[in-house]
Amino acid sequence: MSNERKPHILVTGAAGALAQQVINRLRDDYFLVAVDFREQVYLGDDIPSYCIDFNKRVFEDLFRRYDFDGVIHLGRIMSSQETRMRRYNANVLGTQKMLDLSHKYGIERVVILSTYHVYGANAYNPALIDEEAPLKGAGLSMDLIDSVELENLANIYLWRYPDLNITVLRPCNIVGPGVRNSISTLLASRRAPVLAGFSPIMQFIHIDDMADAIVLAYKNNQRGVFNVVPEDWVAYQHALLLCGCTRVPIPSIPPILPRTIARLLNLKSFPPYLMHFFKYPVVIDGRAFRDTFGFKPRRPLKEVFRYYRENKQPV
Amino acid sequence: MTFRSFIKDKFVPQALEDQVNRIRKPIGTLGYDPWGYNSDSIKIGFSVARYIYDKYFRVEADGVEKVPSEGPVLLVANHSGQLPLDGLLIGFALASRQENPRIPRAMIERFFPTVPYVGNILNQLGAVLGDPVNCAKMLANNEAVIVFPEGIRGSGKLYRDRYQLKRFGNGFMHLAMEHGATIVPVGVVGCEETIPAIANIRPLAQALGVPYVPVALPMVLPAKVHLKFGDPMFFDNADIPEEKVTQRVDRVKAEISKLIDLGLCERKRLF
Repeated sequence: MSNERKPHILVTGAAGALAQQVINRLRDDYFLVAVDFREQVYLGDDIPSYCIDFNKRVFEDLFRRYDFDGVIHLGRIMSSQETRMRRYNANVLGTQKMLDLSHKYGIERVVILSTYHVYGANAYNPALIDEEAPLKGAGLSMDLIDSVELENLANIYLWRYPDLNITVLRPCNIVGPGVRNSISTLLASRRAPVLAGFSPIMQFIHIDDMADAIVLAYKNNQRGVFNVVPEDWVAYQHALLLCGCTRVPIPSIPPILPRTIARLLNLKSFPPYLMHFFKYPVVIDGRAFRDTFGFKPRRPLKEVFRYYRENKQPV
Repeated sequence: MTFRSFIKDKFVPQALEDQVNRIRKPIGTLGYDPWGYNSDSIKIGFSVARYIYDKYFRVEADGVEKVPSEGPVLLVANHSGQLPLDGLLIGFALASRQENPRIPRAMIERFFPTVPYVGNILNQLGAVLGDPVNCAKMLANNEAVIVFPEGIRGSGKLYRDRYQLKRFGNGFMHLAMEHGATIVPVGVVGCEETIPAIANIRPLAQALGVPYVPVALPMVLPAKVHLKFGDPMFFDNADIPEEKVTQRVDRVKAEISKLIDLGLCERKRLF
């Protein structure tokens, strides 16, 4: 039994809280290799960890050395980090490199983490957007182009190389302990900006539930694109209240005003290009993922918000 | 406690809260649904609408019991009166009926979500952006949806054109056929007199980006409103050409026209 080879998985974005949750869920049954372009993280003696840019040649050495069976690609630079060009290089070209290598080395399972931002926040968005809806994110802002391109690329490979068995996950706002994205920073702050007169419906998924979803998606081999979201909804301003935040209203019309204010204040968690997401709802439909994978989130919104209420950082 | 729940606790009587609580609606743990409906807001809206319905417009609703108590339903009505008051009154008539009340959803113009405060408040009261995807998803959720197939053509018409039905779109019929929804025609009489408009300032409307700017009194007149609910209509999901769909739409339109005529005949006075 002990000589049986454990399946090998490459996990990218290993320095992130979500990847570490995923690694903890898989480390007993799989041989994992962690990679992050930002830093080398220590994940125990049993998990080799590397700090590598996907576009460098040494990245291919990992594929040669470890003979991976699968890839869980969570390493996407968020829109609030780095410059646009660097993000494009890492997210789009880096992912392409990774998919090419996956094909070359006969990998049979790839899970890619995307974001609901690809749908784009628009006044005319219907609710419960499903996976077939067009990705309008790029039409709103140049800063979301790399997210949409990454998805398009994944879709091309999904159909061109069916043997890769690519599953793309589009989660709603991921929140919870350790998460460092824009919305999590807002919920954790004491004072959070809001656009006067706008409180779009939002969806939040706890980081533990999201890690469960990724593991579930990896283990149940079903190709395709899936929204990942719990069946619960809350208005943005109501969520802030439940997190114990004081709301700071910013004039919302004309649209140039909030964008200028956000630019002048240089708020990392309330960037000008995400302004539409604080104005119009992007409510996605997670029924396909729920039915295909039997996914059932376990952490209710109240529990998520209680965590933020009790863990305020000084502004 | 949010401002909304404070207002609700202060001003919404228990009996009314119980009436709304009787209506089962799929909502999340914090009282919201995907379209922004909020269970506390609807109670506040309900108590305000009660005064508008009973005291201001003194609405008489005939045949509201004909609306099926469950399953997907499209309430198809004539649109009039510059503001979507007719949708509010039809919604309240159905939500306040004694037997099997339902909270129907109204489809609103694409212009509203862009207006601060207004869009959010309308969403919280159950109104939904008028998009076929929204309507289809709601029918799949077994909701009752209020539809005005005339759209802007109906609500923006001038006083001299009152009670003339404008062109109906075919979208509602396709949705009803696809989702097996019952169509209940509704004739609204009285809303035309609430804001009589003599002209539409089209250049100003274009400049402001709104559907129309009527030349009318800056107030809503307390006309008496009659709502006439017709018999439910069913249409199968046969694969038929658009021409036949239009014929089906015309049957619904004729039914609404009949209900309007009935209301106009029965009406004793305007106010």
